[in-house]
Amino acid sequence: MITTANPEARALLFDVTRCIGCGACALACKESHGLPGTGEETELDAVTYTVVLDKGDDRYVRKMCMHCLDPSCASACPVGAFTRTALGPVTYEASKCLGCRYCMVACPFGVPRYEWTEVVPQVRKCDGCFERQSRGLQNACAEACPAEATVAGTRAELLAEAHRRLAESPDAYHPVVYGETEVGGTSVFFLSPVSFEQLGLPVVGSQALPELTWASLSKVPSVVGVGGAALAAIYWITHRRQEVAAAEGRGSEEVDHDQR
Amino acid sequence: MTSVERRFRRPGFWTGLLFLLLAAGAVITVVRYTRGLGAVTNLSDRFPWGLWVGFDILCGVGLAAGCFTLTTAVYVFNIKRFKPIVRPTTLTALLGYSLVVAGLMYDLGRPWNIWHPLVMWNPHSVMFEVSWCVTLYLAVLFLEFSGAIFERLGWARALRVQRAATPLLVVAGAILSTLHQSSLGAFYLIVPGKLHPLWYTPMLPVMFFLSAVAVGLAVIIVESRLSSRAFGRGLEMPLLMSIGRALAVAVGVFGAFRLFDLARREQLGAALGPSREAAFFQLEFGLGVILPLGLLAWPAVRRNSRRLYAAALMVVVGFVVNRLNVSITGLEGAQGGHYVPAIPEVIITLMLTGIGFAAFAFAVSYLPVFPVLEEGDVPEAGAVPALSPIATEAIRS
Repeated sequence: MITTANPEARALLFDVTRCIGCGACALACKESHGLPGTGEETELDAVTYTVVLDKGDDRYVRKMCMHCLDPSCASACPVGAFTRTALGPVTYEASKCLGCRYCMVACPFGVPRYEWTEVVPQVRKCDGCFERQSRGLQNACAEACPAEATVAGTRAELLAEAHRRLAESPDAYHPVVYGETEVGGTSVFFLSPVSFEQLGLPVVGSQALPELTWASLSKVPSVVGVGGAALAAIYWITHRRQEVAAAEGRGSEEVDHDQR
Repeated sequence: MTSVERRFRRPGFWTGLLFLLLAAGAVITVVRYTRGLGAVTNLSDRFPWGLWVGFDILCGVGLAAGCFTLTTAVYVFNIKRFKPIVRPTTLTALLGYSLVVAGLMYDLGRPWNIWHPLVMWNPHSVMFEVSWCVTLYLAVLFLEFSGAIFERLGWARALRVQRAATPLLVVAGAILSTLHQSSLGAFYLIVPGKLHPLWYTPMLPVMFFLSAVAVGLAVIIVESRLSSRAFGRGLEMPLLMSIGRALAVAVGVFGAFRLFDLARREQLGAALGPSREAAFFQLEFGLGVILPLGLLAWPAVRRNSRRLYAAALMVVVGFVVNRLNVSITGLEGAQGGHYVPAIPEVIITLMLTGIGFAAFAFAVSYLPVFPVLEEGDVPEAGAVPALSPIATEAIRS
């Protein structure tokens, strides 16, 4: 299910070299989604969609949903509760959800959170400010950032901007745009002065992970077809042998190989 | 029925334990549905799947795999002499799959939406495919077993129709089982970065299928032995010896395939290494493959019901360790922590297992599940008459 990225699809660019660790983005996220908390949390949870993590040496990195172009969560969900919208954000529809939590297992970035103490629980994660963006506003986190460490734009624009920064100051950056190819491409990009591993970002290949399960699922029709035909053929042969044996008057109820 | 009267007159240890589990389970059930999953489980954002998925679902489905292999042998390959054990095996599978659904009612966050995959399609989801297969297979199992009910009710016409449809049901069951047994492994294809390389392989679906075939046969042996002791029945020893031989082949094929795959991915060294994962792999492989294979290679083991039972039990335990390794141990490294089930999780799992044993005992006392003993089919010495049908698990050797 490779989605050809809509050139107008929205994305975010986060630049570690610019982040001052103020946490305005996390607080703005809380406020715009009506969630409790201070914006100073250090781990995602059911009411915290993004956090700013202190990685030492004055380096800060955000954690949030990456809004993959081919999202594992959307492919894993048996009822299609996750949608990769044309606008860019990957959204979740709680009314469809049966709570199997395969999305949480499947996400390569460990993002989705669960309402473990709710009687009618939901999966919770960053929704890319889908509602705001539908109204033409930019993401709350990007709007709140005083240092332009998080900026919003179309995916194509931001990718160009990221490469412009890499070309302009090659000494200041690790020469990769994280998210450009990771798991087939994401809608959140990271630029960093050090390797992304040092920032705690997972090392993922460039293959979109839903391809791995699809490799297995796509064989279903052949298993049904070939399996059904093979079993029918075996049935015909074994029962034909029995009929022949009966007709030849051997009177045996079973064919030879059964009597071992 | 006398056996039922006996059960209520003399509740034994196992009956008492079951009622204890039911009482504790009832409390836990209330808490789970009024306070959420977090109140009764150690599940967390790091470990969204625990004992209920790892055991009740992954093991439950695998342990019930004996039915599709046996019915395929009898109805497709026309090996009729295994017919006497088809019904108990079908009953085991029917109850096993029903309990998987019961387990899901605890594990799913919104269990009342369990039917959603049937109407809200996502053909790219392995979970979607498994939902459909398990639903359809549950229906197939019920129809396969319905013969026993029709026979009991004396509905001759329904029984005739059911018998005529059986080969078709068996073929459908074999295909559905092949699909979902392997797909339980395919769940984990999407987490190459999280699952330890001792278990992550593109061959996961094949591994799950092969090990399910093996453990299904092992369960037939275990179930026969327990039934024979609990219900004071004879043991179809010649049949079980053949199953034991088939089990040796199935375990051998799975073991060889597993080693070949590890070698191909250059993980054999890691399998022998000093890591926690390697220790769990060795437990799984030693108990589930090497030991039983060594035992089953001896005709003296296959001929002796007790030794055959011991070997089969090892395959079952090794299988359970394997599924828990894939679903829990193998993910702990990447998730940075350990998951140990909470006591209520364990109690619900034990309660569901107990209900399965009790339902089996209940069904066989009302329905023609076991064949009527023919002349010459003398119950094996040592088979004690049942004090309690619930005492299916009462294994004294």
